[in-house]
Parts: sequence; C-alpha cells; structure tokens
Amino acid sequence: MRTAAAEAFQRALLDDDPVALYERAPCGYLSTAPDGRIVKTNQTFLTWTGYTADDLVGRRHLVDLLTAGGRLYHETHLSPMLHALGEAKEIALDVVRADGRRMPVLVNAVLDRDAAGEPQVVRIALFDASDRRRYEEELLAAKRRAEQSEVRAVRLAQTLQQTLIPPVSPQITGLDLAAAYRPAGAGDEVGGDFYDVFELGRGEWVLVLGDASGKGAEAAVVTALVRHTVRALAVTERSPGRLLDQLNAILMSSAHDRFCTLLVIRLRQDRQGWTASTSSGGHPLPFLLRPGQRPEPLGQHGTVVGAVESAYFFDTEVVLGPGESLFLYTDGVTEARGDAGFFGEEQLVEALSRPVGVHERVRDILGQVLGFQHQVPRDDIALLAVGVPPNPSP
Amino acid sequence: MPYGETVDVLRAHNVRDTGVPGGRVVMFAHGFGCDQHMWRYVAPYFEASHRVILFDHVGSGGATAPYDVERHASLDGYAEDVVRICAELELDDVVFVGHSVSAMVGVLAQVRAPERFSALALVGPSPRYINDDAYTGGFEPADIDDLLSALSSNYLGWSSAMAPVIMGNPERPELGAELTQSFCRTDPDIAERFARATFLSDNRSDLPLVTVPTLVMQCRDDLIAPMQVGQYVADAIPDSSLVVLEASGHCPNLSAPNEVIKALDTFLTREP
Repeated sequence: MRTAAAEAFQRALLDDDPVALYERAPCGYLSTAPDGRIVKTNQTFLTWTGYTADDLVGRRHLVDLLTAGGRLYHETHLSPMLHALGEAKEIALDVVRADGRRMPVLVNAVLDRDAAGEPQVVRIALFDASDRRRYEEELLAAKRRAEQSEVRAVRLAQTLQQTLIPPVSPQITGLDLAAAYRPAGAGDEVGGDFYDVFELGRGEWVLVLGDASGKGAEAAVVTALVRHTVRALAVTERSPGRLLDQLNAILMSSAHDRFCTLLVIRLRQDRQGWTASTSSGGHPLPFLLRPGQRPEPLGQHGTVVGAVESAYFFDTEVVLGPGESLFLYTDGVTEARGDAGFFGEEQLVEALSRPVGVHERVRDILGQVLGFQHQVPRDDIALLAVGVPPNPSP
Repeated sequence: MPYGETVDVLRAHNVRDTGVPGGRVVMFAHGFGCDQHMWRYVAPYFEASHRVILFDHVGSGGATAPYDVERHASLDGYAEDVVRICAELELDDVVFVGHSVSAMVGVLAQVRAPERFSALALVGPSPRYINDDAYTGGFEPADIDDLLSALSSNYLGWSSAMAPVIMGNPERPELGAELTQSFCRTDPDIAERFARATFLSDNRSDLPLVTVPTLVMQCRDDLIAPMQVGQYVADAIPDSSLVVLEASGHCPNLSAPNEVIKALDTFLTREP
C-alpha cells in the first residue's frame, strides 16, 4: 500500500506541470491588456464558453463577452476598482457563451503594473457560479418579499392603530381636554395602550384609558373589544365600577386569554360644575390636580379586568372646580427607562406640580418622558388630561 | 432627518478642500458607482496651482448626507447638492470637472446657479443613455434592466456590517483597507435608485442653456458614452470644445490620468 500511494503521488506530481495547472485549472483564466483586449486564456474557459482561442485572443475584449448590464457594471465598478485598488474580488457577472447562452460567473481580477507604475496586464480568474447564482437569486427574491411584507405590516399596524384611538380629541363644552399617544419603538407594531372619549348625552361624557395585554394583533383584538363594549355598556350603566364588573364578565367568557387594565371616568355637568366618577380596573390611579395642592392619586385600586371571576371595582366621586383637573396615564410613563433608571411616580408627581393648563400639561409630560428615554419609547404611552377652565383673573 | 440647516453640508458630503488656499477653484465630481477616489491620480496634480475640492455624492463613499427618495430620483437633486456645497464654501468661480453622470450634474448646477461657476470640464458626458429616434445614446431600456440585475447580483458584495465603515468616516486615508472596502460599494437600494436616475435621464435640452466655456473630454473607445454622444454634447453646448483622449474605456481619470491632466491643464490655462 505504501508503495502504491507513493507511486500515485509521483504520477500526480509529474502530471501537474505548470501548463496543465494553467490549462486545466478548475477555474477559467483570462489575461488582458490594460484596455481589456484578451491576450491569453486557458482551456477550461474555452470549454465552458464554447469559444476557440482564435475567436478570443487578440480579437475580443473582456467586455465583449459580457451582457449589456455586465458591460455597464464593468465600466462603472470593476474597471475603476482594478485601476484604483489593483484588484477586484467576488464580482458577479454573466459571460455570454459562443452559443449565446449566459453563464453566471464570479470574477476575481488583479492589475499588474510595470516598474514605472504603468498598467501592464490584467489577470482574471472566473468561477462557474451557476448553482450559487440560482440560490442567491432565490435568497434575494425572498428578501424582497420579506421587505414588502414588512412594509405592508407596518402600514396595517398604523392603519389599525388609527382606528383604536379617536382621530381628533373631541371638544367638550365647558371642559378642557388634551390627549397624547405614542406607540413603543418605531411605530411598526400596534400598541396595547388606548383611550377613548365619548358623549353620553348633554353634559355627560365618558373617558376611558387602558392598557391591553400583549402587543400587535392580539392587543388590537382586546382593545377593539374593550372599546366597543365600554361604549355599549355606558349607555345603560352609569356607575363606572359596575361597568367594569360587566366588562370583566364579558372578557372572562371570551374564548381567549384576554385582559387589560382600565380607567373609566364619567363626567357629569350640574349646577355645581363637573362631577367626576372614576373607577380603576388594575390601572394606575388618575391624579387629581388642584392649584396650590400636591397632586394626589384619586380613587381605589380594583382588579385587572378580564383576569379573575371574583373581580372588584370601586367608584370614587369628586367635584372639579375651576382650575382643577384630572390626569390619566399608562405605565409607559412611570416605567419609562432611561440612563438614570425608571422615570417613576415621584418624577411624575414633580412634573405634575407645575401649574399649567391641560394642553401644556400633556405636551410637557410627553416631552419629559420621551426625552428621558432618548425619544424612543420602549413601551406605549397614553396620556389624557381633562380640566375645568380656571376662572378669568379678576 | 430632513436635509436642511441642521446638516453640516461639508461633512455630509465628505468634502475635502485642499491645494492652494484662495487659488482658483477646481471641483471634481465622481460618477455613478464609485466615489471621490476616482480622481486620485488627477486631483493631486492641480493641488500645486489650484484650490481643489473633492466630495462624495449622497450614498457614495464617505457621504453621510441623507438620501432623499424624491429629491434624488433625478439628477436635479444631485445638482442641488453641488450648489449647496459651493454656497457653503462661498465659491463663485468654480471650474467644475464632472466624470460620467456628474458631467450632467455639472451642467444642471451651472444652469441652476450660473453665479457659482466659471467653466465646465466634462469627462465622458452623456445627456441621454437610451437611444431615441434619431439620437443614439448607445443603450436600449432592456440594457438598463440588465444593469439593475447585475447590481442586485452584487448585493452580496455589500453587507450592512460594512455600512458604518463606508458611511461614517470623514478622515479617510488615501488608500487603506478602508478604501478597499468602501470604494465602488454603495448601499444596494441607493445604488439601484442612482442607476435609474443616471441611465434614465434625458438632459439634452439643458445643454444649450450652459453659459460658461466647456471642455468635453471624450475617450476614443468608450462604450458608456460613445464618440457620437461626446460630439453631440460638444455641438449642443454653445461655447465648448471637444478633446478626444486616446484612452479606452469610460474612466480615463483612472486608466489614463496623464491625458486627462494634460487636457484639463491646457483648458485651465486657456480659460483663466
């Protein structure tokens, strides 16, 4: 065996002289003058392309063997690279064979210069890339499809999002109302936060602000269901707490594991001014803002809506006088994370202590929370502020 | 980010301002496919006698300027960028040297802001690449589609890992590993759009509007901008002259820099 192996080694060594190495290399070789005129080629290239040496040497330029697009690519990329850098690697081109069919190749090329630095010869190695190119084309097509799907998904998410919050803040006669909404990240997914403001009758309004479980389509399903159910229930159920109780039962009986946290506030105008009746289903309590007083959370905590059968909710009433307001928010505010940790309730209370109107209030808090996390919210943010306009200064 | 006052125009276009301070300004513009290093064998010669400005078009080389899908869909957007650079540098006597598609960018810039330019030198210009009735541009629409497919086949030469190297380095060495990585490599999406803006353009009607002396440098054997196209440009621009370079190919600034230098030097001496 040893002897047989040694003999085979010798034979291979003798057979693979430089000529065979060049002519029968497993890649095509072309040498051209600096202007591209072919001066030499190997047998492998001739076999692949069906040309004879006489067809090519001294007669044709490299670009003559390329497709029109390949020629443009050669002139705008390959040739500049060769002259500026001395080499070009892994360039994908099609060689047009003698029979007119195309052969995908990968090209490596080097430009040699003479002692004076003048271009002397270009050496080109071409690799058959038929299979690879087919695969790459499939990859490219898949990539394009993925990109298109993403564009569609974003558009769908944004369209859907617009249906989940009021297109414009409604005007309530006798009240100031301001709202803001920012979905997490780059806005390519439907957020779980939502709010709604609607009129029940003359001088009677309902404010809803919540945070549905999950993200994307799943959250949108919960949001849409909750929003429309609350609207329907509010017509007959005047107590926000009992409304949440009924909503809880409906969510519990739905097939999916859907829940949300929710604030429902009913505003009623009477002779004293505006009475607000509020109930929280597992949601951060709204802040009652009174001039000259520290912001205070209003109401009592109830359970998350749609999570347990034995849920409980409480109603709390307050009369809003001139200059007084309520501020509703989602945990995207307090749990906003920045370089210095969480935004937190303390910072929110401090921010809410500024004596400003509801519109500036919402702008101010949104600006602070976005600034806190470099303008890219990690979670959705929903803000709603409603207040009785202050009496005109005497 | 909108392209406006907030963007440092010079940094955004990787502008290099060299040569004789206060000297006559020669501004070199690269064409489709590569970047300002297209001029690396030509520009240094003029640094001894002129103030030399080099820059990268949006999406090319070291440019960080934001690509505006609408504005850069036509060469007008690129011309606007050139005028912005000139305005930022407060230049009013520029000899604009444009290679390939930048020849037409220069024509549009001169027509748009004649107060900035005193002469044009166009290397391998073509006002329209696609044949049209009696006009021979050299290409059929199918050829351009074929180029787009060649571009997409070479997507793989460009990966996002390369983007930071390409996009964000204003202080680039003359020729290093970095240049090897970035030269002739463009974000594929921008490259495709630039290819369309370039090869589907038709600027024939702008040529007669040029109001400064213009030199047309035409290679004897250029398959992107053939001889008759160079002749067409020279005929259409009022005060122009045609110089035929013995070089072959579309990039004499790289393959025959001495011929380009000689023609440009003669032109600069003649049009002081």
